[in-house]
Amino acid sequence: MKAVLAIPLAFLRLFYQSIYLALGQIWVNKTRSILTTLGIVIGVASVTAVIAALTGLKAKILTQVQTLGTNTIFISPRTPDRGPMRHANWWQMRFRPEQFDSVLDHCPSVAALSRVGGVGRRTLKYGEQSVDNVEIQGIEPAYHQIEHRPVVLGRVFTPIDDMQVRQVCLIEPKLRDKLRLDRDCIGETIRIGYNAFRIVGVIEPRPQMNFGDSSQERYEVFIPFRTLEKLGEPWMWAMATGKSADTLEEAQAELKFFLRRTRNIRPGQPDTFEVQSLQSALETFNRIAVIVTMVAGGIVGISLLVGGVGIMNIMLVSVSERTREIGLRKAVGARRSAILTQFMIESVTLCFVGGLVGIGFGQLLTMAIANIPQVKLDLAHIPLWAIGLSFSFAGFVGIVFGMVPAIKAARLDPIEALRHE
Amino acid sequence: MRVYKVGVERIHALDGVTLELRENEYVAVMGPSGSGKSTLMNVLGCLDRVTSGRYELDGENTTGMSDAALAGVRNERIGFVFQSFELLSRSSALKNVEMPLIYSRDGWWSRRKRAMHMLGRVGLGDRVKHRPNQLSGGEKQRVAIARALICNPSILLADEPTGNLDSKTSEDILALFDQLHAEGQTIILVTHEESVARHAKRVIRMKDGRIFSDLSIEEDHARRHELTTELGKVTK
Repeated sequence: MKAVLAIPLAFLRLFYQSIYLALGQIWVNKTRSILTTLGIVIGVASVTAVIAALTGLKAKILTQVQTLGTNTIFISPRTPDRGPMRHANWWQMRFRPEQFDSVLDHCPSVAALSRVGGVGRRTLKYGEQSVDNVEIQGIEPAYHQIEHRPVVLGRVFTPIDDMQVRQVCLIEPKLRDKLRLDRDCIGETIRIGYNAFRIVGVIEPRPQMNFGDSSQERYEVFIPFRTLEKLGEPWMWAMATGKSADTLEEAQAELKFFLRRTRNIRPGQPDTFEVQSLQSALETFNRIAVIVTMVAGGIVGISLLVGGVGIMNIMLVSVSERTREIGLRKAVGARRSAILTQFMIESVTLCFVGGLVGIGFGQLLTMAIANIPQVKLDLAHIPLWAIGLSFSFAGFVGIVFGMVPAIKAARLDPIEALRHE
Repeated sequence: MRVYKVGVERIHALDGVTLELRENEYVAVMGPSGSGKSTLMNVLGCLDRVTSGRYELDGENTTGMSDAALAGVRNERIGFVFQSFELLSRSSALKNVEMPLIYSRDGWWSRRKRAMHMLGRVGLGDRVKHRPNQLSGGEKQRVAIARALICNPSILLADEPTGNLDSKTSEDILALFDQLHAEGQTIILVTHEESVARHAKRVIRMKDGRIFSDLSIEEDHARRHELTTELGKVTK
């Protein structure tokens, strides 16, 4: 039993001795140690700050996606980069409402689909009050199932509104206030252009989605889709929702297949539209984040390499400066392994201290980024794995670049070393 | 025998040296430079190996030992004192004395206490916190002696321990050696000064890698006296 314990105990003792010696050595050479680790400090600080900023961006986007629902599918026209339609202008690319007729019968994984259309901005009037540049959006009743924007007052659109092409609308609270309508404005009539519309409900505003530019106020008014068609031919797109998150990809595939047929796209020719879910948008973002992290990682890797060379240089200087000391230590009974570990741990400790200071600086940088008001990265923080990564990187640099000087020290002949001037 | 290779030449630094040292002996090794006394010291101190022959320490053959085993032997059984003290300049006297215990198997936990005790024994109980640059030459050598003794070595090996000291301080250090010898310590002293060698009980004189004479201090003294008188007669 004693023999079994002896080896790990000896190792622990060696380890403890070496840390003890290494810290002492670093402490007596304070200035030199600080300058040596500067490369590591800068490297670690920059990698943690970049990762923190990306984490903040990701968290921000995730919270916004969650308010919209990851189950939502967006369908919009897109000019292909090849095929006969590649030179078509955006208007030629437009969806026609009938292209979506009976879509639910052909797409079993799709729970609901709403055509959404716009005819540009109009002026709204109520009595003496008027508001310019209001976005007129035509929606189908299914819209309420897809978009998580509850109607807080009044009622939602019904299929009857759509079928009978009623002149009814939903407005946002801030638009209501701008038009100086009553708080309970249900049943009031406002004018959109030259047409009178009756307000049937107040719909909650869209959560803040835009980065930065929130100064310009945008208002939206919703009317039934068929009513919109009477105002002019709309520029339209569609929103859908899958039956479950698991079959979202099937739902997208079904929609693609359906639209290729209704838009008469021949086999082999590219899609003239885009079917995207927030899930896939999120994946795209994740891919970009990975690329940015890798590029940043590469830059940081170079700076750590430079830092490592600095460490190796200073350790080599240290070994030749302390040749007599090494000779003495060997004379009083230090084994090769003890000398090797002492110098290895010295360089690894230097790197770890550098890493620690670097993380401190990274935290300061992150706080600085989080507090820039225009950037809105208030969720930026250093994740635990980034701290672990920085530390293991720093340790790795310490081991790799401490190896050569440590081996040099361990191999010194004590007699020669003690004779060294 | 210890043979060094320098280029194609072979140098017999030690040649046919047979030596037996008993416990609690106080030996002075003398000889001009190049006589092989340093090599003998290195072999006795397990810093160097013999090319042929054997070296037994405390009845144990060290000839075939690995580097690590030899390091252990040096740690537990040999205490070195050097001419230029070899103290760690940035560590206190206490830390310097503790140092060998860092590499020792069982001294680690009690090293501070033992180091304090040892500094007291060499008369530096009140200077434990001082750094080498705050100590005089004699005090530095006392710290070095305390360091050499901390592991209770079988042999205290001193290489010109008074070489860097003035005569007054040298006498103090040699008095300390006498005291240690009286307490039972085995001491081997390398020197080229007759006044230093006079403290030992046995004098080994070397020349060209061989032992030239190995006598007790009284015999050695008598022999030298003889030689000088003979030399006197010749010159007359």
